Amino acid sequence: MAAPARLTREDVAHVAALARLHLTEDELETYTEQLAQVLDHAADVASLDLHGVAPTAHAMAVTNVLRTDEPHPCLDRDEVLAQAPSVEDHRFRVPRILGEAP
Amino acid sequence: MRADWQLVIGLEVHCELKTATKLFCGCPNMFGDEPNTNVCPNCLGLPGSLPVLNQRAVELAMAIGTALQCDILPSTFHRKNYFYPDQAKDYQISQYDEPLNANGHLDLPDGFRVGIERAHMEEDTGKTTHAGASGRIHGADYSLVDYNRSGVPLVEIVSRPDMRTADQARAYVTELRAILVASGASDGKMEEGSMRVDANVSVRRSTDDPFGTRCEIKNLNSVRSLGRAIEYEAERQIALIESGEQVVQQTRHWDEGAGRTQALRSKEDAYDYRYFLEPDLVPLVPDVEWIRAVADTLGMMPAERRSRLVELLEESGGATDSQLLQVATVVDLGLDDLVVEAVAGGVGSALALARTANEAATDADAARALDPRSYVELLTLEATGSLSATQAKAVLAELFARGGGDPAAIARDKGFEAMSEDSLVATVAEAIAANPGEWSRFCEGDDKLAGFFTGLVMKATRGQANGKSVAAELRRLRG
Amino acid sequence: MTAPRPALETATMVRAGEELAVDVLEHHLAVIDAGEESIHAFNLVTTELARSQARTVDAAVAAGRDPGPLAGVPVALKDNMCTRRVPTTCSSRILEGWLPPYDATVVTRLRDAGALLIGKTNMDEFAMGSSTESSAYGATRNPHDTSRVPGGSSGGSAAAVAAGFAPLALGSDTGGSIRQPAALCGVVGMKPTYGTVSRYGLVAFASSLDQIGPFATSVADAALLFDVIGGYDPLDSTSLNRPTPRVLSVLDDGVDGMTVGILTEFMDGAAPDVVARVNQAAEALATAGARVEEVSVPEVTLGLSAYYLIAPGEASSNLARYDGVRYGLRVDAEDTVAMNTATRSAGFGAEVKRRIMLGTYVLSAGYMDAYYNQALRVRTRIIEGFTAAYAHCDVLLGPTAPTTAFALGDKVDDPLTMYLSDVCTIPSNLAGHPAVSVPFGPGDDGLPVGVQLLGPALSEGTLFKVAAVVEAAAPDLAVPRITAGEAA
Repeated sequence: MAAPARLTREDVAHVAALARLHLTEDELETYTEQLAQVLDHAADVASLDLHGVAPTAHAMAVTNVLRTDEPHPCLDRDEVLAQAPSVEDHRFRVPRILGEAP
Repeated sequence: MRADWQLVIGLEVHCELKTATKLFCGCPNMFGDEPNTNVCPNCLGLPGSLPVLNQRAVELAMAIGTALQCDILPSTFHRKNYFYPDQAKDYQISQYDEPLNANGHLDLPDGFRVGIERAHMEEDTGKTTHAGASGRIHGADYSLVDYNRSGVPLVEIVSRPDMRTADQARAYVTELRAILVASGASDGKMEEGSMRVDANVSVRRSTDDPFGTRCEIKNLNSVRSLGRAIEYEAERQIALIESGEQVVQQTRHWDEGAGRTQALRSKEDAYDYRYFLEPDLVPLVPDVEWIRAVADTLGMMPAERRSRLVELLEESGGATDSQLLQVATVVDLGLDDLVVEAVAGGVGSALALARTANEAATDADAARALDPRSYVELLTLEATGSLSATQAKAVLAELFARGGGDPAAIARDKGFEAMSEDSLVATVAEAIAANPGEWSRFCEGDDKLAGFFTGLVMKATRGQANGKSVAAELRRLRG
Repeated sequence: MTAPRPALETATMVRAGEELAVDVLEHHLAVIDAGEESIHAFNLVTTELARSQARTVDAAVAAGRDPGPLAGVPVALKDNMCTRRVPTTCSSRILEGWLPPYDATVVTRLRDAGALLIGKTNMDEFAMGSSTESSAYGATRNPHDTSRVPGGSSGGSAAAVAAGFAPLALGSDTGGSIRQPAALCGVVGMKPTYGTVSRYGLVAFASSLDQIGPFATSVADAALLFDVIGGYDPLDSTSLNRPTPRVLSVLDDGVDGMTVGILTEFMDGAAPDVVARVNQAAEALATAGARVEEVSVPEVTLGLSAYYLIAPGEASSNLARYDGVRYGLRVDAEDTVAMNTATRSAGFGAEVKRRIMLGTYVLSAGYMDAYYNQALRVRTRIIEGFTAAYAHCDVLLGPTAPTTAFALGDKVDDPLTMYLSDVCTIPSNLAGHPAVSVPFGPGDDGLPVGVQLLGPALSEGTLFKVAAVVEAAAPDLAVPRITAGEAA
């Protein structure tokens, strides 16, 4: 498998937006260089021919872990809401939402 | 819909599962509780919390798959990553490329088969209310989030793009809802949001053409709005194409008040969800025994219930169109067992179906609660002529009002003693004597006048005469 | 300062009523008082909580009840384990002031075992780092030389044990975050088999790699703590529902007849003084009756790259929830997207942002298969490589870290070089296998060297047996001498 093209400033700006992070111009510069270095190092992995090798997402092969459908005690609402930055009417308050969920 | 265009519809239906607890935690799955009371570290997305899969939710999802004739497969959960305040972890746990159920189908009552691509499990989001004049997201000053619904188990049923008319889409949703209710998986309430429908709609000029560019329509809160939205959207797309423009792949919002769809976002804004295997959960691999055990608990599905009644009507020469409608009504209301019991008790299938579809159906809750033996006894009294139709209906209403009882005793209380043969004959003779002109026209072959005489007899006996017996006497006298 | 008394001995004395838990605690609080200013091992010393637990333990003993196997033993917790109504920050501004409404399973088990929760230890922010310098609350210093880093990310826990602040501590290990600081601070540190210790209540970094494990001054104490925290937990779907190896009882079994493989790939990149110590440990094992041979597992050289694709990928998703809505920091803004962005930009430090962006990138459309999925395939190859080695070796031996502790500030501006310090520890996380770091004398600079023992899944019993033999043969290491203000 061929390694993808080198990471660009635009790529970093795009992932920062996806990850809800604001970067200054200087930060954008620095992070682009640092992340590109790490990805260059990862080229050894990206360029390997691993056709037919199954991916391992879980190191230990376990299946069918289930719980019975029985209610457990819930958290105390006051304790939960006391941790929230902003609360109104027993709900978590957030600023205007600009659009529907994607 | 214009005849020179063809509509192509695929539906995505989300339904909430009727479990006691949420999909990945033991918080109650309850609609309408005080906000943020059914929450725990998991469904609030607190740091360090972990999901554990609800066995009952899996079994209800398997029941849906079984009812839709799906293959039940080894499956996994993925994370669908996107930021939104109602999403407690800012990702949704959902089945992605390895769903629990795939490759099924659903047969509409008219026999048309709709393919089911998949029916997979995922978690619901919290509920957001928007503060401000409009109460809607646009123009709101701020919003409030309640996580009681966060983590409620959902199954998303994705059809293939097999439907060609809005009627088929309506029939599909109606039938799917009946299946979800019959399987015990969901209560299927579109108005409360426990069943939500999105429609993918495209148009093309001919069956030979490839599918056109589709739009996904959201916010369809009833079967009625589903049909209206599809028809509007089809016309919109046709108008675009005919004016030389192109349909843009996008998500559109159905505005029930305005009666039109509006663009929410286009494919260019398609969100990059970065799906990857959920590392906090392990694969779900149902074995044959488990699949069979779930199937064994599954009751009869609506299609099977309908064909059971249609078979009963074979004795009277097969179901008429109006009887097919009655069959559908009876099955929709869950009253078909009453018909089957009545026929087994010796009542004719046409009578059993008609009484159930017309009278019992007016109070289906009471009818379902009724001891079937009382119902069968009542219909037997009517079938044997001990009660007239009018009397039988009155007794049934009383049975419903009392929540049960002995039909014969109720009939006696109401004074519904069956008329003796002698007094019936005498009453008919009096009616004929009083109307010689009508009688001679009846004798010359005007059969409509049978109703006239029956009405007179009924009036004279205050409904106690059996209509069939009156008709028989009239025919006897005519010779 | 005298050598600390083993936790095993303390627990035995407290359970027998020969020593009061409150006295054990006050001794350690005094040590903390004297040394913490120069070390900064803790984000929070939970003095009153520990005192109340100590009184409970003493009352139980007085009433004839057994408070449990850790009776009266102070235990320090890495600050990424949830403690009910006790701040849990992950050394991040974004969780400043957060009071979890629940206890992690390991915390519950420690409480039930009679342990005294003495404090929450400093760490790299969200466990992302190898030096504890990425903490939002300032770096921790190595008790052996306060100009050096303690390693990371569990640097606070390692330093706390090395400095005698607590005889035991818990850390979490995603790519070496227990073993590497254990090596750099001259203490024992162990990463269990994935699924052996519950992750419930451990703030996630990379969920498929994270494991909680013990720090102690001796192999026996580490075994004691591991036995308490290990075992099935129905609250963690990845918890293994099978008997957990009990290790304390097998410590003296020796290595006679075992085969130990020296992992050549780990030796290749290590400093000469570190290599010399590993060879010395190998000789000690041979002397004790083990067969020692060189073993090559070429696949492990791919571990670092695979790790820096997998761990950030998972982390980018795990850290999405810090959005300013439900808990922790919020920086207000006009709309929710702007609020999320302002909050996360102010609340996360540079290293965390780096990894979130890296992880977002490797999971994003178009790159997923080349990077993330490819790394998962490499993971398969690494497991296969280890499996081949374990077909003829009981354990593998190598350095824990390529060098002894480096100077504060040396690598902070060079992420890749920093990442390289985990090259010997990462493969065990990718494979889900257990590994332990045992101090083995000083390097040429007088600072601690750790040797690492690796085994297949659920081989903790074997690993601890071998570790005990290595420990017995280890050259002396100077006990840290901390003077207040030395770091200033």
